[in-house]
Amino acid sequence: MAEHASVGIMFWILAIVVVVSGFLVVSLRNIFHCALFLMLCLTAVAGIFITLDAEFLAVAQVLIYVGAVSVLMIFAIMLTRDLADKQIPQTNKHAMLAFLGCTAFVLGIILVLSGTDMWRWAKTPLPVENVMTIGKLLMTKYVLPFEVISILLVAAMIGAIVLARKEKA
Amino acid sequence: MERLELKHIFSWLHDLLVSTGLGEPWLSVVTYLMLGAMMFGALSVIALFLVWWERKISAHVQQRFGPMRNGWHGWYQTIMDAIKLLQKEDVRVTNRDKFVFFWAPVICFVAAFLAYIVIPFGDGLIVADFNIGILYIMAVTTFTIISLLMAGWGSNNKYALLGGMRSAAQMVSYEIPMVASILVVIVYSGSLSMVDIVESQSGMIFNWFIFKLPFGPIAFITYIIAATAEANRVPFDLPEAEHELVAGFNIEYSGMKFAMFFLAEFVNMFTVSAIAVTLFFGGWNGWLLPSWLWFLGKTLLVVLLLMLFRWSYPRLRVDQLMEFAWKFLVPLTFANLLVGAAFKYLGWYW
Repeated sequence: MAEHASVGIMFWILAIVVVVSGFLVVSLRNIFHCALFLMLCLTAVAGIFITLDAEFLAVAQVLIYVGAVSVLMIFAIMLTRDLADKQIPQTNKHAMLAFLGCTAFVLGIILVLSGTDMWRWAKTPLPVENVMTIGKLLMTKYVLPFEVISILLVAAMIGAIVLARKEKA
Repeated sequence: MERLELKHIFSWLHDLLVSTGLGEPWLSVVTYLMLGAMMFGALSVIALFLVWWERKISAHVQQRFGPMRNGWHGWYQTIMDAIKLLQKEDVRVTNRDKFVFFWAPVICFVAAFLAYIVIPFGDGLIVADFNIGILYIMAVTTFTIISLLMAGWGSNNKYALLGGMRSAAQMVSYEIPMVASILVVIVYSGSLSMVDIVESQSGMIFNWFIFKLPFGPIAFITYIIAATAEANRVPFDLPEAEHELVAGFNIEYSGMKFAMFFLAEFVNMFTVSAIAVTLFFGGWNGWLLPSWLWFLGKTLLVVLLLMLFRWSYPRLRVDQLMEFAWKFLVPLTFANLLVGAAFKYLGWYW
């Protein structure tokens, strides 16, 4: 799929969507719109994964980032009182400084990565049973990080429950 | 005996297209546009039919006749309703969030059709057989949740907001038992692809997943409960509980925008039934009749089941709904998944 010309066109369309919506996330003043553009941004990133033949990653991206994380954010916004028509500026007087810092960071990443070869498209075709390979790797080679992440998530969940629980009088 | 399969017609159409001498990028573009148009047409007809069918079934459950005026037993009643909705004024509340209000029905409508890319309607009748098919369907239901939240927020109406939040909370909660009951099927078929799942159930009727005792029927029952909740239907239709929320998330929508939500709801009902057939009832597998007819017939039977649910059961309260999902369905589906996996590991299945 990766060598097809239409994939290149798709990549540019998706890349523009990602960048524009990402910019809108950090610049719009209506926080609900920001959350929606974050979803658009993450969905477009999933689209880029599809152009790279990583369908499982794309689906996981949509399921977790759009379906769970962003929906949770929207819930938080909806449950916050008197937020509906607020115009909240997202920047303070350090905006220029932050912009410069971020630009320098991105340029640094590009500088470092363009020297290496690891970010290019894989020359060898991917295995067809992508999911099975990922599953096997998670259960054998990467079983320790996998379990550590699980424990971390459970700890975070229990922490959230403890924090949110009403104190018994 | 050669059965009349639609795939022959499609391959004939494809040959016709190739014979016009169209080059490669355009050939794919035209093919997919045609497929999309056909799919859209077929599903719109199915949705219109389901609206009529629902009205007839509800009427007969309540010992009425239902629509009788337009044609034989009112068969073109919904077409007339759709035409009426098209002509209606598009009422737009002044304090709406313009951008969100406009896009919510569009996203809902599109998301309802997205799942059909991977649903096998018959032998060889599938738009694209992804090797992650069933996961893809789980992912696209996300967009329905988002559209309901958007509709609730954009209307700037407390009933709409409550309805949108309820529906999102419900769909997020019931997605977990739904995925867990689907996982049992995946453990046995060994693939996420919808075509592979159907083919692993071919042969005898006892190869259908529903007959894989004891976990098959449990998985189906938990799936159909979670699917009813996912499709926002009674007894889980709290998002639009009329006596509490007037109409829920779509209260401020009228005309064509309302029609889009309404049609999407019926398309979603057909989707969850089609997935149930694919996973548990052997998909297109059958005898004598063409495979797509088997698929359609089985799906309509599951739809009938969902409709009878609607007209037999009262609505759950919102706290009961959440308790049922988290304290009953989630543990049950996970236990079922464990048992199913253990049976597979021990080889106690046919």
